[in-house]
Amino acid sequence: MIKADRVVTSTCPYCGVGCALQLHVKDDYIFKVTTPFDSPVNHGNLCVKGRFGYDYIYHPKRVTTPLIRRTRQEAGKRSQAFDLSEWREATWDEALDYVADRLVEIYKRDGSDAMAVYACAKATNEDNYLLQKMYRALFRTNNVDHCTRLCHAGSVVALQQATGSSAMSNTASQVIQNDVFIVTGSNTSENHPIISLQMKEAVRQHGAKMIVIDPRRIELVDFAEMWLPLKPGTNVPVFSAMAHVIVRENLVNHQFIADRTEGYNDFIESLDKFTPEYAEKISGVPAGDIRKAARMYANAGKAAIYWGMGISQLSHGTASALALINLAFLTGHIGREGTGLNPLRGQNNVQGASDMGCMPFHYPGYMRVDNPENRAKWEKAWNIEEGGLSLKLGLTTTEILSHAHEGGIRSLYIMGENPMMSEPNLNETRKHMEQLEFLVAQDIFMNESGAFADVFLPATPFAEKDGTFSNTDRRVQRVRAAHAPRGQARVDWQIICDVAQRIESRLGVASAYWKYSNPEEILREMGNVNSDYAGITYDRIDKVGLIYPVPDLTHPGTPTLFTESFPRGRGKFHALDYVPVNEEPSDEYPFILTTGRVLEHWHGGSMTRNSVLNDAYPEARVEMHPADAEIHGIRNGDPVKVQSRRGEVILRATVTEKTSVGVVFIPFHFAEAAANLLTNDALDPQAKIPEFKACAVQVFSAQENDLPRADVILNRGRY
Amino acid sequence: MTITLTIDGQEVNAELEQTLLEVAREMGKEIPTICFHEATTANALCRICVVEVEGQRVLQPACIVKAGAGMQVRTRSEKVVRARRTILEMLASTMDLSEAPEIQAMMREYGASTDRFPDAERRESAVIDDNPMYIRDYSKCLLCWRCVQVCADDAQYTFAINFDGRGFETQIGTFFDISIPETSCVLCGQCVGVCPTGALKPKREYLLEQGISAGEISIMNTGRKQRKAK
Repeated sequence: MIKADRVVTSTCPYCGVGCALQLHVKDDYIFKVTTPFDSPVNHGNLCVKGRFGYDYIYHPKRVTTPLIRRTRQEAGKRSQAFDLSEWREATWDEALDYVADRLVEIYKRDGSDAMAVYACAKATNEDNYLLQKMYRALFRTNNVDHCTRLCHAGSVVALQQATGSSAMSNTASQVIQNDVFIVTGSNTSENHPIISLQMKEAVRQHGAKMIVIDPRRIELVDFAEMWLPLKPGTNVPVFSAMAHVIVRENLVNHQFIADRTEGYNDFIESLDKFTPEYAEKISGVPAGDIRKAARMYANAGKAAIYWGMGISQLSHGTASALALINLAFLTGHIGREGTGLNPLRGQNNVQGASDMGCMPFHYPGYMRVDNPENRAKWEKAWNIEEGGLSLKLGLTTTEILSHAHEGGIRSLYIMGENPMMSEPNLNETRKHMEQLEFLVAQDIFMNESGAFADVFLPATPFAEKDGTFSNTDRRVQRVRAAHAPRGQARVDWQIICDVAQRIESRLGVASAYWKYSNPEEILREMGNVNSDYAGITYDRIDKVGLIYPVPDLTHPGTPTLFTESFPRGRGKFHALDYVPVNEEPSDEYPFILTTGRVLEHWHGGSMTRNSVLNDAYPEARVEMHPADAEIHGIRNGDPVKVQSRRGEVILRATVTEKTSVGVVFIPFHFAEAAANLLTNDALDPQAKIPEFKACAVQVFSAQENDLPRADVILNRGRY
Repeated sequence: MTITLTIDGQEVNAELEQTLLEVAREMGKEIPTICFHEATTANALCRICVVEVEGQRVLQPACIVKAGAGMQVRTRSEKVVRARRTILEMLASTMDLSEAPEIQAMMREYGASTDRFPDAERRESAVIDDNPMYIRDYSKCLLCWRCVQVCADDAQYTFAINFDGRGFETQIGTFFDISIPETSCVLCGQCVGVCPTGALKPKREYLLEQGISAGEISIMNTGRKQRKAK
């Protein structure tokens, strides 16, 4: 029996649920993870990633020394360097000076519009706040974004438009209070495993009825009252047809509509065309099921909607989310406990990174950057001359790379993200990456994007730093270091402060302040301007996190939003049109490809593919329905080639009824068969989120020796 | 509804739905438990929490028996102590309690002897190492049922494991004795989290105990198995 030297309480680094972890440490090595049974978030439960998947921290491939590329990279000819021989080890001073020299050189020559930064939804609030501060205060640009653009941007924009807020309205644990709840575009069991446990509990122990609206026969369907298997990208007609039924059958909540909303009359006019029969023709969901689901949701005492990226990752992602919001406004299922509009956020701290202003349109606290009053507040906080900060909206994640050319973006600073796996249409992304003049990677592994960099700054994973994460419930929770950083690795916020001070001295400007002695000072600086976080101190969240808004030091937190009013005043109905997905199936490309995640892996795989989790799910697979497989002569386990207009991958087929006829599914974790080589980079016009959830592909049989060698990919670059 | 009962001569108020264990713990009285866990449904399997209730022929398990009006309860009578000691001695005679410090402490407290039943057949089996995340060492299993419960409707609703066999041969197992990766198991480790005796253990902890260094564990291939298509 091993006795732990210490047990450190922290927060899980994987999904947005934000489970509490107890890290059992022996000789500066975490040998076991447990979780307290009284945690309000996860009640003693964890998933495979949280309980077992932290060993990437100790993987020998982790980079723990600052590295500089041996050959100077030029715009247009930039290449990936996976092998250590292409890098030389540097001291921290040398690496930091080099970063500051090159960034300042480009800034002085080409100005603010040449500078851009990707923040990181895996890093802490403190890390993210400082990174956007560095770019806004020193380089006077709003070209700051992170992967929220690729996951829930559609939901964030829709909620902003309709309510004025952009987070879950209720907490996930309130699901057991629902009478009826809709889960749509979310494979909750694999992507938010602990919330799925609460959903199953709601059904089995508390009598709730669950309606699953999803193209895939996900595990939750086993527990659902109804499953509406819609064709990918047909959310708007299905939800609008539900609204049509609710209005026609007079199941609307007239009181709520009169007291709390606006735009109702225009909205109901727009519903005329959305008959259930019309929706059936487009989506494949039987009209009778749409009617039944609409009645069930509308007639419930308390009903809520939980959604994931199947709603937002579409070229009409904003409209899809608005269609859900309309349903909640029609029925008044919002603003009370056990109701609500709940986008399940993907990353552990995507809510926090967004709250910290790591977005091109917003300062921390969702203050628009084009509003001079907001600008003045941050100028004061950052010791900037009046009118010094930029009013110009910045570029989004995908736009930053597509603007990488002469006269556009020249340098990019990436903290912890991996666009070479997570962007759509990776062959195009590669061309953009090659165009950069200077690239900094601040990360823990040499991933597909870091390999393009000029400088690699070795940073720290969650278990080596202090700070806070904000989970999908808006609960701000502590992250604590279990042991010191490995090797020469440094804590992210300290790296940023070091870079920022070097930039300031080269620019010869007054300091925006970077001499923090601990991360709490950083959070306090932000909370002084962002009232949502004003009442949060490390002391107050020592044991249990606080759910923001927490406007003052005695406020207990706000689990349920919109109880009295919406931040924008009245909730706004939006009349919608059905817009098909950008690329519909054709004779040449007859299948719809939809992408997503599996339980055992995380996003681009930097963490999980360098973990024991890779043993549990070692290779890419494409899911195909038995009916489709039979026509194409494909058996379970056969190698197949999946091809779109943009690229192709070769991987094994899993023949399963989990996917529907005409739809194939590929998880996007696997570099050797990257699903995003195939996906379409068509963007939602408002949220600029790419259409990861639907593109047209063809599937061909392939040979065993065509399969990519995962072991070769995984072994490359031994650091 | 509030009722009144007497525990160890002390009158106490309780809610009708409360168990004797809950009422006693609120009073600050310690009743030992083994199979009971706050996060699982109580089943009174191990019987270590038995108490004497006046008028009842046999000892009553406090973890499931509800408080009743006028009940006279004794939590540490001679009969109770003897029963608990015997339970501990039977456990010690058949299974490996080396990684159950709480039960060892109970044995000391109740004066339980490790060789009360020297002729008892021990329940011994080889360590099962069939998945990348955790090992199963059923020599240390006392059949508390918590792992089965959290795998079922106390938490995960996955139903990968259950009781297997009958009587003395009873063991926790998978259906048809297939390996964990072939079952519906999602490797969440809820079972590991509630195991009181070290029968279920994270693989990494197990490897460290075997003398393999942290550095070696980080690069070892822990048995790549294909996930079975569901």
